[in-house]
Amino acid sequence: MAAPKKPQAAASLAEKVTAIDAGAEVVACGFLDQTPVFALADGAMLFAGAPAHRRAVAHDNAAILIGHCLGGRIVTGGDDGRVVETRADGSAAELASEKGKWIDALALRDDGAAAWAAGKTVRARDARGEVKEFTAPSGVRGLCFMPKGYRLAIAHYNGVSLWFPNTAAEPDGLVWRGSHLDVTISPDGRFAVSAMQEAALHGWRIADKKDMRMTGYPAKTRSFSWSHDGKWLATSGADACIVWPFDSKDGPMGKGPRECGVRPARVSRVAFHPRELVLAAGYEDGWVMISRLTDGAEILVRSAPADAAAAITALAWSGDGRRLMFGARDGAAGVLDLPV
Amino acid sequence: MSDKIPVTVLTGYLGAGKTTLLNRILSEDHGQKFAVIVNEFGEIGIDNELVVGADEEVFEMNNGCICCTVRGDLIRIIEGLLKRKGKFDAIIVETTGLADPAPVAQTFFVDQDVQDAARLDAVVTVADAKWLSDRLKDAPEAKNQIAFADVIILNKIDLVTPEQLREVEGRIRAINPYAKLHKTTKCAVPIDAVLGRNAFDLERILEIEPEFLVAGDDHDHDHHGHDHGHDHGHDHGHGHDHGPAKGGLKHYHDEEMQSVAIRLDGDIDPKKFMPWINELVQKEGPNILRSKGILAFKDDPKRFVFQGVHMILDGDSQREWKPGEKRESKVVFIGRNLKEADLRAGVLGCAA
Repeated sequence: MAAPKKPQAAASLAEKVTAIDAGAEVVACGFLDQTPVFALADGAMLFAGAPAHRRAVAHDNAAILIGHCLGGRIVTGGDDGRVVETRADGSAAELASEKGKWIDALALRDDGAAAWAAGKTVRARDARGEVKEFTAPSGVRGLCFMPKGYRLAIAHYNGVSLWFPNTAAEPDGLVWRGSHLDVTISPDGRFAVSAMQEAALHGWRIADKKDMRMTGYPAKTRSFSWSHDGKWLATSGADACIVWPFDSKDGPMGKGPRECGVRPARVSRVAFHPRELVLAAGYEDGWVMISRLTDGAEILVRSAPADAAAAITALAWSGDGRRLMFGARDGAAGVLDLPV
Repeated sequence: MSDKIPVTVLTGYLGAGKTTLLNRILSEDHGQKFAVIVNEFGEIGIDNELVVGADEEVFEMNNGCICCTVRGDLIRIIEGLLKRKGKFDAIIVETTGLADPAPVAQTFFVDQDVQDAARLDAVVTVADAKWLSDRLKDAPEAKNQIAFADVIILNKIDLVTPEQLREVEGRIRAINPYAKLHKTTKCAVPIDAVLGRNAFDLERILEIEPEFLVAGDDHDHDHHGHDHGHDHGHDHGHGHDHGPAKGGLKHYHDEEMQSVAIRLDGDIDPKKFMPWINELVQKEGPNILRSKGILAFKDDPKRFVFQGVHMILDGDSQREWKPGEKRESKVVFIGRNLKEADLRAGVLGCAA
């Protein structure tokens, strides 16, 4: 194993990682109860376990394009047009089937609701199974439930729409020119942040729709993560995690971001620890690092030889923050057990 | 580079025969698997191919460049197709009859993720031999598609007289003398005439001579290794016959869309040329559909090759000038209302 390049980053937890060969690109991952579960591009779900892993086909003869884990379930969307919910016991239920379409975006709510997009069509399914539909002005690649109320943020060309599925009212529009690929809402519900085609973030203070430009990324941001206290937003797309402060009433307006986990490789996934100001980052060269926001201390979780560098494509903490799982584009995966 | 997935863009005005060509490619026994991105399902009768529906969503980029548009849906679809990487060999994008090829092409230069995964192989335009001359008069889309093409399939030649065929070929050449042209009935061309062209590969821009086919009515020329080009230069005539007498090509001048070829004997000063071409495409980019050049830079033993789509330029040092090879620079523009005298003065003013 290659030694970490940064002299002060000698700390390594690499020997605490259980390596897993997932067999296909890991699209999403998460812990269901205590079981690490990987959603794979070949349509299967891999339940990691001892002595053997267990595979279950969620999307038969299809690719999983997207997946999210929340509240004891992983929901996946495939190029078969199906939205499938997988639970810890291995049971799977089809939430939707959009004939002839791909599922391009997904969002989950902790009460059991889910939303998905196929082209311009966005559907929200509440916890009782009632489905409502909205047609966006363009194809949708990003969805996020707002923390308060049954309301969905929808990213599209020229802005973000905030939609109440249970009302007939027109969605509220957050407007900014350009193609918005993804959207996230701050845990206090005050800010919306979108990731744009132009490798920049755009933010709005929802109350007065005041704009925030968050620029300087060399690549598109495709991964967001809010800290447990809601005061920080970590983002991918640069050779470090770019962490924006949202601890004041103006959010990051007029403030610069923090950087942590600076490496000569681009960050592809970010995941904040569920209880501490500790941030896990996966890189395009297959490395995984943990950084502490308070003092910048870094710990190596995984390194990868330069000739076999495949991007980290999924990253998730267990609910108690004791374990971290990751998966890569080449099907390599692993679970870190933090020492107690 | 080599593991990037090749992407062929099929354009052509309504009814020209795009779907016929697509079905021909897919049904030929070639042992390749394709992912096909179409705008309308239904007419493609191939079951075992991966067929994806597209919405043709053209997005402007927020980079202050008005002609810098991309196909947002294509970025999303290519990203999704990568989840099935290894299950197909190439991607074919069929555009609607009214589509401008530029946003599709620009997607491959503007979006980093697409660029990392895929490479634009060629823009193939299917044209209707019977109706193209009319469409060039009344449909700007048809003209764009001809101007943009790397390969033109002039189809339905069984429906026109030899005289009409020479006429339409002349009109095509007035707009785009550089595309590889195949005259067909029912889009009957060998698959390698359409796929694996590497038309956007800087390594493959070896010559930028006009593609004047002297074979006349002989349609078999398609299968020959190389066509017999001759230097057309810049002396466009107006509707007079030119070239070999038998089956010779009519020459037309299109008032709106032209190509301008500029040749400069000897070296070019990169310190003059680079700012000039960058400023040119900033200003004239919306009018310049395609540009290409092979340049002899002063004190550089290697040929410098560039190509452009509207405002986007891509260039690289290529092989060394061979001993005895004449060091000269050639630049070609295809576009709308090109200011030929300015372009010529601009290039010649960059002489070292």
